[in-house]
Amino acid sequence: METIKLTIDNRQVEVPKGTTILQAAHQAGINIPSLCYMNLPHLAQEHKPGSCRVCVVEIPGRKNLVPACATECADGMTVLSHSLRAINARRTVVELLLSDHPKDCLICPSSGNCELQKLSITMGIREINSVENAAMSTYRKDASPALNRNMDKCVMCRSCETVCNEIQTVGALSAVNRGFMSVVAPAFEQELTDSPCTFCGQCVAVCPTGALTAVDNTFHVIRALADPNKFVVVQTAPAVRAALGEEFGYPPGTSVTGKMTAALRSLGFDKVFDTDFAADLTIMEEGTELLDRITRYLDGDKSVRLPILTSCCPAWVNFFETNYPDMLDVPSTARSPQQMFGAIAKTYLAEKLGVKREDMVVVSVMPCLAKKYECQRDEFKVDGNPDVDYAITTRELAHLIKIGNIDFETLKEEDFDRPMGESTGAGLIFGVTGGVIEAATRTAYELFTGKKLEKVDFHELRGMEGIRTASVNFDGTYIHIGIAHTLGNARKLLDGIRKGMYNFHAIEIMACPGGCIGGGGQPLHRGNSIVLKARMDSIYKEDFNKPIRKSHENPEIIKLYEDFLGKPLSEKSHKLLHTHYFSHPKK
Amino acid sequence: MTKFEINDCHKKTIKEICESFGNKRSELINILHRSQEHFGYLPEPVQLEIALNINMPLAKIYGVVSFYSFFTMTPKGKYPISICMGTACYVRGAEKIVEALEKELKIKVGEVTQDGKYSLDCLRCIGACGLAPVIMIGDEVHGRLDPAMIKDILKKYE
Repeated sequence: METIKLTIDNRQVEVPKGTTILQAAHQAGINIPSLCYMNLPHLAQEHKPGSCRVCVVEIPGRKNLVPACATECADGMTVLSHSLRAINARRTVVELLLSDHPKDCLICPSSGNCELQKLSITMGIREINSVENAAMSTYRKDASPALNRNMDKCVMCRSCETVCNEIQTVGALSAVNRGFMSVVAPAFEQELTDSPCTFCGQCVAVCPTGALTAVDNTFHVIRALADPNKFVVVQTAPAVRAALGEEFGYPPGTSVTGKMTAALRSLGFDKVFDTDFAADLTIMEEGTELLDRITRYLDGDKSVRLPILTSCCPAWVNFFETNYPDMLDVPSTARSPQQMFGAIAKTYLAEKLGVKREDMVVVSVMPCLAKKYECQRDEFKVDGNPDVDYAITTRELAHLIKIGNIDFETLKEEDFDRPMGESTGAGLIFGVTGGVIEAATRTAYELFTGKKLEKVDFHELRGMEGIRTASVNFDGTYIHIGIAHTLGNARKLLDGIRKGMYNFHAIEIMACPGGCIGGGGQPLHRGNSIVLKARMDSIYKEDFNKPIRKSHENPEIIKLYEDFLGKPLSEKSHKLLHTHYFSHPKK
Repeated sequence: MTKFEINDCHKKTIKEICESFGNKRSELINILHRSQEHFGYLPEPVQLEIALNINMPLAKIYGVVSFYSFFTMTPKGKYPISICMGTACYVRGAEKIVEALEKELKIKVGEVTQDGKYSLDCLRCIGACGLAPVIMIGDEVHGRLDPAMIKDILKKYE
């Protein structure tokens, strides 16, 4: 590889040809500030619109300052990142960005997490020239069930647009209008709910300011907890425990399951349960459905639709309802673990505990924004009462714990309540890409072959590549499996299936990079793949250490079927644990 | 103005326009140009139909339509009136002409009269500075104007 040498701030740097000044500087330990630049190496996406000019540097001899993010290094080049001229220009740029930016930092939902705020602090900006006279842009606020748009705070970095169009291929957001009026918006500036938005929340995950934020349900939960007439139960999704610690200063990949459980109990939840239990239940239903379809297919029934697609991810459900209305009979009819949990809690559990449905409040802690939308869907309500009342994100839970004056670090680890807190390693790995299909494989193998599965770990199904394929040997019968994460990769797989390119039996799809661990409700990772990998490892490690690692061996699941549901795909199961999909094509 | 209702004939036209540019996303501006030529403007259903034909997010298409001032989402009148606001016309009183037209037609710049007959827009220099201030109605140029002349000129376009 051809390398070149240059000097940045009196430091000699040698980098491969084609490296940008920003990357070269970073390599030399010089952190040139940037705002609109976003690098997602694990998704092969580098976003460098060069629009904010925060990263300008001086190259002696050149007339103009250059943006470090979009300028390639040249041999023998000298770069000054903190010359007086560069600092002055950078300050002016930030001052101008701030001039028409709302100054409500104290109460902004992104306060403390805002890149523009950090820049302002780093650069020591204490006043903005002639700010009183600056015109302020005022856009209509847009509230959806999952995320809010406040475009007054948009700095037009267009990271959201890149994520929405290039990575997710959802196409809900685009830069519209021009000049001072330009803003990122759906077509005709319609509301997100009328656009093809899937509520995946990846735009929120990359927004550097408070322009795109998650809907906050924290106070609904606090009110429910304070109501003596309400019996409040909580469920926590698998990916939450692998990331919650980051909000309390633990390194990424620290599993905090026990402390999280203790914190929830301390907050006053009447029962602390685990979505992993419902994930095991999902495997029983989805796995049985998968086996049923495959067995019928292998017996020559040509009416069977294969491959079967997983249906745990609500953003993915929204995506295919919008983009593939002709394929609504392909995904599994199994509800997501969140919704299965709610349906069982408000029937089986309520009956068991003698609590009336309307007195029970089910709160779910999710790594996800689309879950907020999912639990509000009409088909998941009984006489207007939702199976899951409030979905809050990992970030909201961290906030709740702080409001609850709980010192997270000194908490003693506790275990989940029973029955709905009992779970297996299979339920746990739902939080990572490939996990749902691995969990299903563990159970389907034993049900299909009638033999005990000795090797539980399916390494061929794991990893971070966007699209993965594997064939699993079911005692002589090969089951072909496809896995995709990010909606863009899902689209590639689905278009291939439409054209008859693939011959899969089963496909798992998760909308977010890395699966739920990279969800829009997680502590903001800003596209850092090391953080995602650490969270992933933590989940597989916890799975490895679980005494039971196959869903159908979960004793509480066995009991649930014995006492209440009968068997998978029974009439009761269909009523409570399955759903149907709606065509709503939008552009 | 009634809302634009798209019919099969419109859809066929849009399909043909898109096909003539190979249904390529990179030809979007040309497709929009030709569509506006045909429909007179680019209402929402036309943009949606283009989106479906060239398989491009509607938001992206709206982004382009809203960026370029040439593209319009409001229909033009039967007689589109363009007022030159170039330097020469401006200093010779183009603003007064705008006021007179707005008063006479009871619409603002960028709007269309209720009956759909006239629409009002501003543009930059049409190269007839010697006749300043000038307006164009359709393809015809009217020059050396003063506000009092507006009423009589409009009478020619009933």
